[in-house]
Amino acid sequence: MAVKQYIEAIRDALDEEMGADPRVLVMGEDVQEGGVFRATEGLLEKYGPGRVIDTPLAESSIVGVAIGAAFNGMRPVAEIQFADFIHPAMNQIISEAARIRYRSNGAFCCPIVVRAPFGGGIHGALHHSQSVEAFFFHVPGLKIVVPSTPADAKGLLRAAIRDDDPVLYFEHKRAYRLLKDEVPEGDYTVPIGRAQVRREGDDVTVFTYGFMMHEALNAAQRLSKEDGIEACVVDLRSLSPLDRDAVLEGARRTGKVLIVHEDNLTGGVGAEVAAIIAEHAFESLDGPIMRLAAPDVPAFPYAAPLEDFCLPNAEKIGDAIRRLAAY
Amino acid sequence: MPMIGESVTEGTVLRWLKAEGDRVARDEPLVEVETEKVDVEIPSPWAGVLQRIVARVGDTVPVGEPLAYIEVKVVVGAQHAAPLQPAGARPVETTQVGTPPAQPERPASGEGPAGRYSPAVLALAREHGLDLSQVKGTGIEGRITRKDVLAFVAARGAVAAAPPAAPPAPAVAPRPAAGEVMRLTPTRRTIAERMSRSARTVPHAWLAVEADVTRLARWRQQIKDDFRQREGADLTFLAFAVNAVVRALKEHPILNSSWSDDGIVLKREINVGVAVATGEGLIVPVIHGTDRLSIAALAKKLSDLGERARARKLTIQDVQGGTFTIDNTGAFGSIMSVPIINYPQAAILTLEAVVPRPVVVDDAPDGQAIAIRHMVNLCLSFDHRILDGAQAGAFMASVKVKMEAFGPDTPLH
Repeated sequence: MAVKQYIEAIRDALDEEMGADPRVLVMGEDVQEGGVFRATEGLLEKYGPGRVIDTPLAESSIVGVAIGAAFNGMRPVAEIQFADFIHPAMNQIISEAARIRYRSNGAFCCPIVVRAPFGGGIHGALHHSQSVEAFFFHVPGLKIVVPSTPADAKGLLRAAIRDDDPVLYFEHKRAYRLLKDEVPEGDYTVPIGRAQVRREGDDVTVFTYGFMMHEALNAAQRLSKEDGIEACVVDLRSLSPLDRDAVLEGARRTGKVLIVHEDNLTGGVGAEVAAIIAEHAFESLDGPIMRLAAPDVPAFPYAAPLEDFCLPNAEKIGDAIRRLAAY
Repeated sequence: MPMIGESVTEGTVLRWLKAEGDRVARDEPLVEVETEKVDVEIPSPWAGVLQRIVARVGDTVPVGEPLAYIEVKVVVGAQHAAPLQPAGARPVETTQVGTPPAQPERPASGEGPAGRYSPAVLALAREHGLDLSQVKGTGIEGRITRKDVLAFVAARGAVAAAPPAAPPAPAVAPRPAAGEVMRLTPTRRTIAERMSRSARTVPHAWLAVEADVTRLARWRQQIKDDFRQREGADLTFLAFAVNAVVRALKEHPILNSSWSDDGIVLKREINVGVAVATGEGLIVPVIHGTDRLSIAALAKKLSDLGERARARKLTIQDVQGGTFTIDNTGAFGSIMSVPIINYPQAAILTLEAVVPRPVVVDDAPDGQAIAIRHMVNLCLSFDHRILDGAQAGAFMASVKVKMEAFGPDTPLH
């Protein structure tokens, strides 16, 4: 196994899938140059401008063209430069990509991947730090994955490209070069719809995804040392479909549940996780289900102290786990 | 006054089982109440101290009106004081948490979490048959956490798990010796509780008489097949015994009573309970208004109750309100028993096996002779606080006379 950056794992997945399947192409703003984060660097040289396609600054057309290509037998990977800019493509994603299987009674499918860097903690301010998963989480017909490790980044992107349905692939831009970890060799995928227990513990169960998984792990390790509290950390990885079995099993394990995400609190993924647990694991609960999320403000502010105030981190997660463990 | 039955609107206090100032555990019997339907023990809804009794013995209280006041102690968990913060002093980032549950929302002087448990704790308590009042809570405000229960169970060792809905174990039993542990069914647990309480609180006295039921046995032999065909039920010795006992109870009402600290409560009704052995254990369905039933009706009623008891189809009404109990131990071939009183009744009678035996008879033409007669023993345990041997003996003599008088001239209907 080789140690790779999170972004290298993404690039490798694109490269290998393009190498293995001529139907796979990438398209987006400046992808020929490698994109703003260099995720597609080197692909133009290898696969040419026919499969590495620069697009105008028009997200609706990026996704719309990808959908059209998919209907014609291609497997496009559309890049939205920042998830914050995905909203113009909303109609294409929801009305077309997500609905076509239903609308055609299964005759058509839409095998596109929409990659979008999301998340805060990088002083990106209003237009470069949003989390947008909750908008799409509500929509049947879409799959949503949020890898938190380099190995998952590669395995989930491969699975997304090979999937016959539209997959939103949210990659955390803070993770790009910060996270370096071992990535398995060879042709592997990480199945969509399967959560992963990252740490065992019997006091509190933390459900999270994306970069918050690392904050939760840090908090859990600290609490284990300082307070003797053992938190189980479950990485949801796949938001749609959500791994309900893993959610219920994790909740039943400790009876105390904390859900963490950096998306806004209200109507977030955490609300659904909480509802599933309240509905199906009520008898196992030993305390109220708690959520730790960003406050309901449009985006993280630019100023460092204000961003710190809004963004959940290991310290805040640790406090919440401690309170819940004591309940 | 709790809602005792759907049509019960009031109840009369028979006796208080606790005095003012007494400590009561949750679900511990608090007061005995008589209603038009049944006499019931009202368990304490809370653990605490019986502060003031409002309804005195003899008072009739509508459902929903107070019987007494119980002071409930608030348990404050001092051992985990650290995570507790005074209201208003919590760090500002907790505003991101949907509902900060750790914050004590009730004023410290108000109701504590005592008696309120999380679903996980309740499920574990059911699973392990725990009395949660024995578990020490280490959570915020003394809450009992899931882990507290697990720790308690681990410390207690592997004691038999109780089934759901079982009443709390009366006390931690000594650990069973090596061997297979049979789970306690709710019925078994109830029997154990009732028998122990009766044996513990009632001074039992015992006596037996033997009755010559030859006339009855011969007559019954002649008519029983016909009866079965006509009535669809067995004409049993038990039906006659119940009839004899009921009539004797009318002559000796002290046997149809119960003990209370304020006096002996003579029951207006005669409701004879009949012990039935079932796979689950002993059940005592009650024949309400036993004195109003003919022998034929009793035979049918006994057959019906027995069947429903074995099929576990008895209703609450079927097993409540008994004033006297008869146990047909003869069914097992027994000829002598020392029964335990069905508390709080005054006495219990057993009908032993009817067996042919050589006995001395007086009515032979030339004085005494030895004859083969159908004999049956009737054994009585009685509450010696309520009555003495003389009264019990007179009652038994009356039962004996009635048993011996049954014959072709006895009306069945």
